[in-house]
Amino acid sequence: MTPSPTLPKGEGANVASVFAVHDAVEIAHVSGFPTLLYKEVLRFWKVSFQTVGAPVLSALLYLVVFAHALASHVQAFPGVSYAQFLVPGLAMMSMLQNAFANSSSSLIQSKVTGNIVFILLPPLAPGEIFLAYLLAAMVRALTVGLGVFAATLWLVPVPVAHPLWAVAFAVVGSGLTAALGIVAGIWADKFDQLAAFQNFIVMPLTFLAGVFYSIHSLPDFWREVSALNPFFYAIDGFRYGFFGQSDVAPWKSLGIASAAFAALSFVTLLLLRRGYKLRH
Amino acid sequence: MSAAVEARGVAKRFGAVAALAGVTLEVEQGEFFGLLGPNGAGKTTLISALGGLVRADAGSLTVMGHDVRADYRAARRVVGIVPQEIVFDPFFTVRETLEIQSGYFGLRANGRWIDELLERLALAPKANANMRSLSGGMKRRVLVAQALVHRPPVIVLDEPTAGVDVELRQTLWGFVRELNAAGHTIVLTTHYLEEAQLLCSRIAMMRDGRIVAMDSTAKLLAAFSQRVLRVQLEGCELPAALAAAATREAGGWWRIPVADAAHVEQALARLREADATVAAIEVAEPELEEVFVKIMREHAR
Repeated sequence: MTPSPTLPKGEGANVASVFAVHDAVEIAHVSGFPTLLYKEVLRFWKVSFQTVGAPVLSALLYLVVFAHALASHVQAFPGVSYAQFLVPGLAMMSMLQNAFANSSSSLIQSKVTGNIVFILLPPLAPGEIFLAYLLAAMVRALTVGLGVFAATLWLVPVPVAHPLWAVAFAVVGSGLTAALGIVAGIWADKFDQLAAFQNFIVMPLTFLAGVFYSIHSLPDFWREVSALNPFFYAIDGFRYGFFGQSDVAPWKSLGIASAAFAALSFVTLLLLRRGYKLRH
Repeated sequence: MSAAVEARGVAKRFGAVAALAGVTLEVEQGEFFGLLGPNGAGKTTLISALGGLVRADAGSLTVMGHDVRADYRAARRVVGIVPQEIVFDPFFTVRETLEIQSGYFGLRANGRWIDELLERLALAPKANANMRSLSGGMKRRVLVAQALVHRPPVIVLDEPTAGVDVELRQTLWGFVRELNAAGHTIVLTTHYLEEAQLLCSRIAMMRDGRIVAMDSTAKLLAAFSQRVLRVQLEGCELPAALAAAATREAGGWWRIPVADAAHVEQALARLREADATVAAIEVAEPELEEVFVKIMREHAR
């Protein structure tokens, strides 16, 4: 901790031992990424009652109401009860929505309150910012997903046929909406713009992605429309992990969901690199 | 030795407004540099460009020799910026805020320095309080601490004392002066010109996105402001020998420009010779405010 010899020292430099000005420069080549990830996880964890508890409760309510109301009308897969069919779909829907909510709300709050400068002033690379927001949102999504299973376990036990498939789709699905949330958070200038994005894009796409029904029960037109929705593949593939049955082959679903994730990640990185709406 | 801050023809437009119209300046390492100007002059835009919050359309900008765009990681490690607006993250306590900010700079075991900052900025009693519960002045102190967590060689303070009480101002300036004495370069913007006059060794004045004056504080004062002897006379006129250069003010006061102490003595001798009755007397030192007003008037559109 010695002061840099290149710096001029004025009179009364009695704090020189503390202000080893160039030390910071020499040792600060460690990435700031782990801290940003930690901060983003801490942010939602500090209010986990709202960010994890509430979505788990919502999923539970959907399950109770829909399983009761529709049980006799819908038969999705042979040998799988409607309530069982619902659980993975609801879990994935909650994951998709919460991954989006996490990254988008964190960014918009920081932008509106102005504390985004705390992230923009340090030497964080666009890729580091992207990964931290992405992973924190995925952590929240996976926590919510696990919460949904934990809460429904005593109501509706669900088999797990192919756990690795389930994990793969959980990761890709939550990553997809986490990245979408970053894009929305960067793009929106106001909370109502973000709410519009959430209510008119994310909610319909997740709701109409085959959470409550198998797309084979849909008319041709709506089946084709569903095939354009990347969230459908995330949910269908995720369900394959539990029942070993799905509307679309799991490899195809994983391919399409991963391609959507990759494309969205590319766009997000591009926006961050250009400083779109962040660095003026 | 590279300059602490070097701007060459930095320009930035926001739509039709030229926030920076080709700013060129150099701040040497170890300087206490003042950046003054009316609202909208471009001071904050220049500072934002230094920190990478704003991207200049033209020109080059370096901090300690590191280009703020091409070498942004190195540039951001060597500069600490205290933003003008009071901003905070309501999710965290004061200590968490500082620990997190340290981490963004890759500093993990920074506890001792954080303790020191908390102590020096009188934040220690509030270390574990949530940011939301702090008063405005305290939040501003946290912003100062946040800008210093990585011990940057260059410290930029954008109106740090706006709306801050006298005691904190004294604490803050004491601390910043120590930092400067320890080798840190300080760049300060403020509307309190007496503060700038007292603290800054060199000053740049901006208007409409340009630098309109830049010199050492002493030279600016000497060129644009004068020491004045003010006398209030009772029932008599100012002697003719003095009246030529003097100006009359309300209440029987006269302003007589004086260069130095000998000149003051000379003027007083003239008053005694003329048997003038002096009711009150004072010597007014040159003021940066006068310099500022004159320069801004000169460059008014």
